[in-house]
Amino acid sequence: MAFRNYILVCGGTACESSRSKEIYENLKAEAKKQGVEDVVQVVQTGCFGFCEQGPIVKILPEDSFYVKVQPSDAAELIAEHIIKGREVKRLLYDKDKASKHAQVEDIKFYQKQFRIVLRNCGFIDPENINEYIARDGYAALERALFDMTPDDIIAELKTAGLRGRGGAGFPTWMKWNFSKNVESEIKYVVCNADEGDPGAYMDRSTLEGDPHSILEAMTICGKCIGAHKGFIYIRAEYPLAIHRLEVAMKQSRELGLLGHDILGSGFDFDIEIRLGAGAFVCGEETALLQSVMGRRGMPVPRPPFPAVKGLWDQPTVINNVETWANIPVIIHKGGEWFSKIGDADSHGTKVFALTGKICNSGLVEVPMGTTLREIVFDIGGGIAHGKKFKAVQTGGPSGGVITTENLDTPIDFGSLIKIGSMMGSGGMIVMDEDDCMVDVAKFYLNFTVDESCGKCMPCRIGGKTMLGILEKITAGNGTMHDLDQLTEIGETMKKSALCALGQTSPNPVLSTMRFFRDEYLAHIVDKKCPAGKCKKLVTYSIDPAKCKGCTACARRCPVEAISGTIKQPHKIDTSKCIKCGECLKTCKFGAVSVH
Amino acid sequence: MSEKNELKFSDSLMQFINEWKEKPGNLIMVLHKVQGELGYVSREAAEKVSELLDVPLAKIWGVVTFYHFFKLTKPGKYNIAVCLGTACYLKGGDKVIETVEQTLGIDCGQVTKDGKFSLESVRCVGCCGLAPVMTVAGEVFGKLTKDMVPTILSRFE
Ligand SMILES: Cc1cc2nc3c(=O)[nH]c(=O)nc-3n(C[C@H](O)[C@H](O)[C@H](O)COP(=O)(O)O)c2cc1C
Ligand code: SF4
Ligand code: SF4
Ligand code: FES
Ligand code: FES
Repeated sequence: MAFRNYILVCGGTACESSRSKEIYENLKAEAKKQGVEDVVQVVQTGCFGFCEQGPIVKILPEDSFYVKVQPSDAAELIAEHIIKGREVKRLLYDKDKASKHAQVEDIKFYQKQFRIVLRNCGFIDPENINEYIARDGYAALERALFDMTPDDIIAELKTAGLRGRGGAGFPTWMKWNFSKNVESEIKYVVCNADEGDPGAYMDRSTLEGDPHSILEAMTICGKCIGAHKGFIYIRAEYPLAIHRLEVAMKQSRELGLLGHDILGSGFDFDIEIRLGAGAFVCGEETALLQSVMGRRGMPVPRPPFPAVKGLWDQPTVINNVETWANIPVIIHKGGEWFSKIGDADSHGTKVFALTGKICNSGLVEVPMGTTLREIVFDIGGGIAHGKKFKAVQTGGPSGGVITTENLDTPIDFGSLIKIGSMMGSGGMIVMDEDDCMVDVAKFYLNFTVDESCGKCMPCRIGGKTMLGILEKITAGNGTMHDLDQLTEIGETMKKSALCALGQTSPNPVLSTMRFFRDEYLAHIVDKKCPAGKCKKLVTYSIDPAKCKGCTACARRCPVEAISGTIKQPHKIDTSKCIKCGECLKTCKFGAVSVH
Repeated sequence: MSEKNELKFSDSLMQFINEWKEKPGNLIMVLHKVQGELGYVSREAAEKVSELLDVPLAKIWGVVTFYHFFKLTKPGKYNIAVCLGTACYLKGGDKVIETVEQTLGIDCGQVTKDGKFSLESVRCVGCCGLAPVMTVAGEVFGKLTKDMVPTILSRFE
């Protein structure tokens, strides 16, 4: 360890989009120019999770956490921090605290987090296998190959109590056990990296920041069930993650950690990448397997379950990225250790993509059993712009809303179901007073109707009908009877749709109807959208008493709907108004209102 | 389809196809590569893939039309993808799309007359922390406001 300092530059997609690559290159160039290239190592890592404040640069050993760094800041960081040993205060996240050391520990965003899945994200260069190995990487594989029988591996998973992180929470050891017990020459291992929930990116960051953990885990599974071939099914929309996986596979083959006769154990296992092509339903496991086989991604009825009869009719274990990322740690540290993290219902941690109207949007990993309040208000820093919290949606288009009254519910598989939502894969969308819950329900349903594969009737017809009713309601033409209809169709779909897409797609509607019935009633009875979101139900007007006649709004209005002479109160012609809301944002005197 | 298929695939594409020819479940991977080269899957390209892989054309159309990612028409020189995933929607992704539409004078799903820009909406590009987000020719732009749109577009010549 010849280096005195390590500079970690975030190379996640969000930070890369704000020029982190240039920062990385400038830092290297400056280190050279200023003559310190031998004492400092600059590393490009995966996502730190704090994307909102990106691009992020962290300097070790001081643990200084720099945010919103610009490429032009490189010279100063080297000259001040590296050479003179003084932190560059203006770039520190918590400028006021100005604590010299351990910035990261001080940041509330990280305080309540506990990292297993994201253990390496932001710490290692994902394109360098040696850094993974230096942090115990591939130690679990070695153990699985040389010191454990397949039954030992399964027992370890069982002790750990790991449940699938892709949504359903099925015990992982059971799946593996099913496949292990089927007699077959050919078996497969599949990683579900389709990450379909719109507004979630946990899996993407894991793959980008720590690709080897997935390869290692899949190989362990291969050894356990007796498979020699694995597939990673990944969205084509994730080019950086695909690239990092390719690099990782190449490096591990070179070191004999993947491919023929792994580590001289006589065990062969190799992995291929298969690209998804933008169909949400392909995240569903049976549809995904169809797609891997090059077909249209239509779900097929279960049973038989893939664990028994999957790819080309052979036993196939399919797990989600996050599930895989837990495996090496469990094998390395033991199931016992893992089982102590979390609460009685669910063990381990869960990664959430915390987004929406939240101050600190980003990736958070917390022990199971953490409350929503801790996530939203402590880690997330509460609602942005001083607005009022309204609800959180978990489970994406299959889930439901969680409201203020349930903020103290522990987040685990069982508790979330009890309050009418679900864990889902980890999307956590925060909504504030400006969000209309009928509109949100419509948004999700629109998504699932679009994504329905059309194979079964309840989903194909039911979804469309429900969407039509929501459109009617948001246009101000709803009746009380519509609410009954929504419930009735929704319940039918839940019972009779073929796959979980159709079975769960009514959830956002049913859940918002349950918790925000008053908002539905406002749309139907009063013909009003309380949040001012449903365009057909709102009107903009100017309060003549408050209007100073500054003309700002009239100049801003794209359709010249505002008239009036300077210094005289202005007026909106509602027949011309397209309800874009620009005047409301423009007026400095609070004269424009929306009803 | 009486006239002869004149379309030529590049050497690297042909090499890829030959490599994958015998692998089970190769169709989607090949179509990805074809779209990567041509920007879309044209009728001629689909016919050619059908010949090369010995897969019925109907099956290829079945796959191409099932998956949103595959395009059937030629996109513009720079494809604009505005994110309408949940995070972006809540933060005004719909307004971003409206602004792009107004700026370019096209609707979502269309190409400008000069063939320079095409516009589509996508579901989550995985940068939700930066919502609302759009990509232009693969480059990500985040924390968008209406005012930023024309400036960003003017950078693409
Ligand atoms: C419509 C639909 C979409 C899904 N999308 C995903 C997804 O994007 N990623 C994922 O890992 N699982 C997804 N699932 C869950 C998978 O079917 C399956 O349960 C999961 O891959 C199993 O892995 P696990 O046991 O590790 O969670 C989806 C399920 C449904 C019904
Ligand atoms: S901006 Fe406000 S004060 Fe100025 S003219 Fe418009 S409504 Fe009146
Ligand atoms: S909402 Fe938009 S269209 Fe209507 S008056 Fe205001 S600026 Fe003009
Ligand atoms: S991409 Fe840099 S912190 Fe997430
Ligand atoms: S919702 Fe737009 S990037 Fe995720």
